Amino acid sequence: MSEARAFKHIGQRTIRPDGFDKVTGKANYGADLALPGMIWGAILRSPHAHANIRSINTERAEASSDVLAIATFQDFPSVNDAASAAGTLRKDLIDTAQNILAQDKVLYHGHAVAAVAARTEAAAEAALALIDVDYEVLSPVLSIDAAIAEDAPLLHPQLKTEGLVEPADSPSNIAARMELKKGDIAKGFAEADVIIERSYDTPTVHQGYIEPHATVVNFDHNAPSMIWCPTQGHFDVRARIAQLMNMELGQLKVVASEIGGGFGGKTTVYLEPVALILSKKAGRPVKMVMNREDVFRASGPASASQSTIKLGAKMDGTITAMQATLHYEAGAFKGSPMGPGCMTVFTPYDVEHMYVEGFDVVVNKPKVAAYRAPGAPQSEFAAEMAVNELAAKIGIDPIDLRLKNAAREGTQTIYGPKLKVVGLEACLKAAQQSEHYQSPIADGVGRGLSAGFWFNIGGQSSVIINLNPDGTGSIIEGSPDIGGSRASMQMMAAEVLGIAPGKLNPIVADTEHVAYNQTTGGSRTTFATGMAVIEAAESVVSQLKERAAALWNVTTEQVDFVDGVALNLAGEDSLTLAQICAAAEKTGGQISGTANINARGAGPSFAVHLCDIKVDPETGKTDVVRYTAIQDAGKAIHPSYVEGQFQGGAVQGIGWALNEEYVYNESGVMENAGFLDYRIPLASDLPAIETIIVEVPNSFHPFGVRGVGETGIVPPLAAVGTAVADAIQKPVSSLPCSPPKVLELIMAES
Amino acid sequence: MKAHVTTRINQESVEFLCEPSETLLRVLRDNLGMTGTKEGCGSGDCGACSVVLDGELVCSCLVLGVEAQGASIETVEGVAASDELHVIQQKFLEHAALQCGVCTPGLIVATKALLAENPSPTEAEARYYLAGNLCRCTGYDKIIKAVMDSAATMREGA
Repeated sequence: MSEARAFKHIGQRTIRPDGFDKVTGKANYGADLALPGMIWGAILRSPHAHANIRSINTERAEASSDVLAIATFQDFPSVNDAASAAGTLRKDLIDTAQNILAQDKVLYHGHAVAAVAARTEAAAEAALALIDVDYEVLSPVLSIDAAIAEDAPLLHPQLKTEGLVEPADSPSNIAARMELKKGDIAKGFAEADVIIERSYDTPTVHQGYIEPHATVVNFDHNAPSMIWCPTQGHFDVRARIAQLMNMELGQLKVVASEIGGGFGGKTTVYLEPVALILSKKAGRPVKMVMNREDVFRASGPASASQSTIKLGAKMDGTITAMQATLHYEAGAFKGSPMGPGCMTVFTPYDVEHMYVEGFDVVVNKPKVAAYRAPGAPQSEFAAEMAVNELAAKIGIDPIDLRLKNAAREGTQTIYGPKLKVVGLEACLKAAQQSEHYQSPIADGVGRGLSAGFWFNIGGQSSVIINLNPDGTGSIIEGSPDIGGSRASMQMMAAEVLGIAPGKLNPIVADTEHVAYNQTTGGSRTTFATGMAVIEAAESVVSQLKERAAALWNVTTEQVDFVDGVALNLAGEDSLTLAQICAAAEKTGGQISGTANINARGAGPSFAVHLCDIKVDPETGKTDVVRYTAIQDAGKAIHPSYVEGQFQGGAVQGIGWALNEEYVYNESGVMENAGFLDYRIPLASDLPAIETIIVEVPNSFHPFGVRGVGETGIVPPLAAVGTAVADAIQKPVSSLPCSPPKVLELIMAES
Repeated sequence: MKAHVTTRINQESVEFLCEPSETLLRVLRDNLGMTGTKEGCGSGDCGACSVVLDGELVCSCLVLGVEAQGASIETVEGVAASDELHVIQQKFLEHAALQCGVCTPGLIVATKALLAENPSPTEAEARYYLAGNLCRCTGYDKIIKAVMDSAATMREGA
């Protein structure tokens, strides 16, 4: 661990700069914008989970005076022109287009088929009945087992499995296979005294952001067309729309509204391209808002999974072999997070022999979207459940077993690089020493724990810092603030500039006012955009030194800059930042700093969670009675928001483990598409979520930051699953541990 | 035909026209431009649209606009006094009780209603009273801490 650095602002619990607007209702989210002359769009959705579209007849709608515009798949120029015919268009773009508006097949109940615009929302919804669609209904494929069965109906008759050892000659619902290996798995199992093999499954779940998708679009022939939407990445919305609509990036201006939650689910486009088509045709601004039912049926969700884990170990607790077979549902189009699921499954372990095989399987459910550490909760749930069972079988404390085999600096990962300095052992030790772990377990209560890993990413960020003549300033960034990141940007800039954070106004700019930024995702914002903020602030500091040198008629080397004050090393003079800004007119004009970076070295992040659960033996109802989340933050910029990420991730994971699941009928209709029946955790379901911030600095970041957003959703599934198993003294293999399923386990013969 | 409704919102007299089928939430947001009240579900399950109607905490998506006739409504826009935040709003900020912030207006309104009914709630009482307000970001921990601190501060000030 490197030496702790003394900070003035970093590590404080400041008030977030956007807070006032958010507690008073002034902040504008996706559905909050209205433009003069605005009309409303609505989407016609498929009543079938799987069907061929024989025809879409819009004649009656076109004849209606209420209807101002209609959109169907045929309105995507890019996927209908020469580039598409020549096969140069990326397949995933065609998938995106077909997901936004179905072409010749509908692949899930709720799949968008056509759209209309009318003067009011009610008129637009009523006009949907004027569109006639002729369907040929097909059998739906609703599970991995059904999809991979020999005679399964095919979702995509042309889809052949990628990544097979022998190229596939016939189509399949398995879109892709991947394999990762390390050492010699057979040798690893041959060295083992104990071998266990178990299978696990997890359900389809939704990100569950409280704000539905919404957009307001104003097409403009002479200036960039404006797209307003709540998104984690407005630059990527721009790129996607430009590709779909054959437009140049400069013809589009995407404005990121405030965003009411995303968790990965707002990294793609659904309504925005449709609204653009409608706005272009109608010559009016168009607003579209999903209702909650549409959000469940046609956005997100996260993959259901089936996993088989095989572990081998010696009686002293040395794990000799780890093997996994992982199946992920992709939904209607290929592209589940099978890849990161395979890469993360065993990363908390330094074990010589590993083998992982993954499959990406299409089913008649909505196309999955990223959900907080995409792919990792499913695979690591299975691995951690098995590791806990292994510990019990050998008779060793589960933390001791993990410490004995823990990934550390120099551990060779199965996916490529060797780990740098990581905080897993520190988290495990903090868990072991915690008051929670040391406390006795009450009667009727079970305890579980789990480790968890997520990569975190870096990538491109661009920042401008402008100083005003009075020494205040603005930080212009392009990373949508989904959970308080404006505060951390303000604090990092203030640390470098040596002024109070409140002197700097952080602004999330639209795509025209700052250069490209990657999406707010991959736990990258405080790490990568933070690095850009620090670099821009450092550029400002070097300019402040030059300006002070000019005022004093000395060389820049003779100027130091400490805590917001320039010091003349050749004399006694000093100038504050504000004084230098006030004199900027005389030294060459105003001062601003920019940074355009592609950040590398995002530090891997590990966490350990502890969970105590009480189970009612008569009903199977579970109560989380105590929960502690321990995670390596590298360096916590704003500890309250770091804790908030740990707590939020933990509770989403608790919901995944205990309650949440898509329930389908045999026709492929989701039967619980609302918050009453798809039950996310409530305040009354939960205890306090205790947190321990571990800080093992990331050497690639100037302040030591590691991303903290995603890792926290990885450990809860197995921590909860193991706690339930411990409470009822029966093995748990299937999530969610909902009361009927837990009761069934309790009633089952041992 | 649209109905003509006269009501009071945040102590001001307000008149509006609405379709008899339009919800109070739609009237507030689309007819009156008061977008501080949010829509998360439209079915009374998430509490993002919480307002106080004649002293009672309600989901404005489950109330018709015409029901506002002669009533008195409090929305999030009326919680702060011009530029001075209410104690509850201040405590939500101090405790970092919001991340994305879209559930926050509903939670502020619901917390104010809770503390008007019960100035000294236990933590369990607060958790159950606020069980109709979904938050997906925070895990509720910091929200409950903000609520308990608000209650203590308001009792001291009373």
